[in-house]
Amino acid sequence: MSMKVATRQVDGVTILDLSGRITLGEGSVTLRDTVHDVLAKGQKKILLNLGEINYIDSSGIGELVSGFTSVRNGGGELKLLNLTKKVHDLLQITKLYTVFDIWDNEASAISAFK
Amino acid sequence: MPDSTSSRVSLTLGSSIESVDRVEQTAQEFAERAGFDEDTVPNIAMAVREAAVNAVIHGNAYSPDKQITATFETNSDSLVVRIADQGAGLDPNKVPDPLAPENILRGSGRGIFLIRAFMDEVHFRQLHPGTELTLIKHRVPAQPPA
Repeated sequence: MSMKVATRQVDGVTILDLSGRITLGEGSVTLRDTVHDVLAKGQKKILLNLGEINYIDSSGIGELVSGFTSVRNGGGELKLLNLTKKVHDLLQITKLYTVFDIWDNEASAISAFK
Repeated sequence: MPDSTSSRVSLTLGSSIESVDRVEQTAQEFAERAGFDEDTVPNIAMAVREAAVNAVIHGNAYSPDKQITATFETNSDSLVVRIADQGAGLDPNKVPDPLAPENILRGSGRGIFLIRAFMDEVHFRQLHPGTELTLIKHRVPAQPPA
């Protein structure tokens, strides 16, 4: 199953609801293109909802990091929402858990954007 | 597809993402048949996937003239997977540490780290040409020496 993205806006925050797999190829490319499209529209508050992401590989992790730095370099913020245990564990062992701003409640995450 | 009773299967595949997916799927099937638990099976499959990704991208550079081979073997105490490419070779000592502060925000370079994190043993062997990675997962965790 490849990755799917649904986009919605809540209180000025662009929420990307991701589902499926973020892996080398289609999944990571879709994530990269989506984040770039959102930035190109001038939307700089991005919340990635990973609650339906059941698998991510090193390429997908790299794409999360690249998205994070792209948004930050563009003067915006990218936060993560609803990590599955698998993604949580991977971010822990790669020491990225403290790099990202991670939330398990959507309303709280939205409030945390400046 | 491997026979359900096989203890050893070898695949020779082209340098493509589809090959990576097939190698990962085969690893998952072998790990399940070897009796690893539901938390360990996906970790093994991911480690093998990362090795296949390295072989296709960094080893063979997607070359249609080069192939990867993936060999899966179960024995009484281990699952052994060997992934080989026909590329220029890889020196594992020159792979940057992805946990180092200067590398933590890099968009790549975590594959070998994850392989080592999820497998009990990882061995590199230089071929001529290419690199072979041997990934081993023991059925029972090794006990430390008394």
